[in-house]
Amino acid sequence: MSKVIVVTSGKGGVGKTTSAAAIATGLAMRGHKTVVIDFDVGLRNLDLIMGCERRVVFDFINVINDGVRLNQALIKDKRVENLSILPTSQTKDKEALKQEGVQKVLDELKGEFDYIICDSPAGIERGAMMSLYFADEAIIVTNPEVSSVRDSDRILGILNSKSRRAELGLEAVKQHLLVTRYDAERVNKGEMLKLDDIVEILAIPVLGVIPQCSSVLSASNVGMPVILDEKSKASDAYKDAVSRLLGEEVDLRFLQPEKKSFFERLFRRSA
Amino acid sequence: MNLLDRFFGRQPKNTAVEAKDRLKILLAHERVTTNAPDFLPMMKQEILEVIRKYIQIDKDQVKVHMQRQQGVSVLELEVELPQGPSGKNASLSLA
Ligand SMILES: Nc1ncnc2c1ncn2[C@@H]1O[C@H](COP(=O)(O)OP(=O)(O)OP(=O)(O)O)[C@@H](O)[C@H]1O
Ligand SMILES: [Mg+2]
Repeated sequence: MSKVIVVTSGKGGVGKTTSAAAIATGLAMRGHKTVVIDFDVGLRNLDLIMGCERRVVFDFINVINDGVRLNQALIKDKRVENLSILPTSQTKDKEALKQEGVQKVLDELKGEFDYIICDSPAGIERGAMMSLYFADEAIIVTNPEVSSVRDSDRILGILNSKSRRAELGLEAVKQHLLVTRYDAERVNKGEMLKLDDIVEILAIPVLGVIPQCSSVLSASNVGMPVILDEKSKASDAYKDAVSRLLGEEVDLRFLQPEKKSFFERLFRRSA
Repeated sequence: MNLLDRFFGRQPKNTAVEAKDRLKILLAHERVTTNAPDFLPMMKQEILEVIRKYIQIDKDQVKVHMQRQQGVSVLELEVELPQGPSGKNASLSLA
């Protein structure tokens, strides 16, 4: 049985696309046939993060509206087996994402893939609503920051009332909290909300904590999902999150700052 | 914390605690207003009509809330009844 998982947040720039790319890649590395879809119509960033922007010929919107076959739009990842990308278009027409069209594409993808990861745009407009409507599970990407937590709460409310599962009275969309850009040092100083606070407020199970990490930017520079950067802490954290998504029990890491050497402490500059 | 702060025993303000408190208050409010299903006002009106068949009450004597909690939604219905024989306001609460 294939699963549709939306990566969403309400707030913009919290790490949805980074996380969708990393988790889709991680699932494929674990042997599951996975496709990641860009729902951010008009902006289109997933192809850049996945490093396949020059291979885009047709897209999700062409499949919905222009009779293009799904196989003409799907891009097979060159690094990881079992992984495909369905890019979106830069059209300004927000109505391009028709519900029946989206449903048809998802139904067809279900025949071929185990996991369908939907990268939601920010906000609660059409693209965001379409990306979460058909979801079986949701990964709520949240930064340790008041406005992000508030928007995540709003999205949880929408998942519980406006998703297909809610409307049909089916079992609720399974919700996972993914805290990203976590800076353990600032948390320890009392400058940033800690994981426990966020969990207490949002009251959903934790899928993972991704530390603030410079490797995320470097990976995006070269069009590689950060999970493929073996030396990066963010990669380790995303791998743990993928394991938990697959039902394994893995202890949380990166909740404490790294021990600094004597010299680093001596020359410590304030942030 | 810089050296001077440390010398005078000044603690930097723990702003994260304040963030958490503000969020808790804000979300408690927003969850009942913005997440209310669309049918709530209509349901409230119908409940009011049923009660009015038997007891004369005002519109604002009926309060209907829907709240999301972990895993379940709770429908809260509070009806304030007019003065009973005991002379006090009675209230009927179903949750
Ligand atoms: N763990 C991290 N450490 C450092 N930087 C990060 C981390 N996660 C994300 N970023 C950075 O945050 C920025 C936003 O990330 P991303 O594009 O994934 O967010 P988004 O939620 O998809 O944004 P949008 O709402 O615009 O679609 C990027 O510059 C990315 O490099
Ligand atoms: Mg994005």
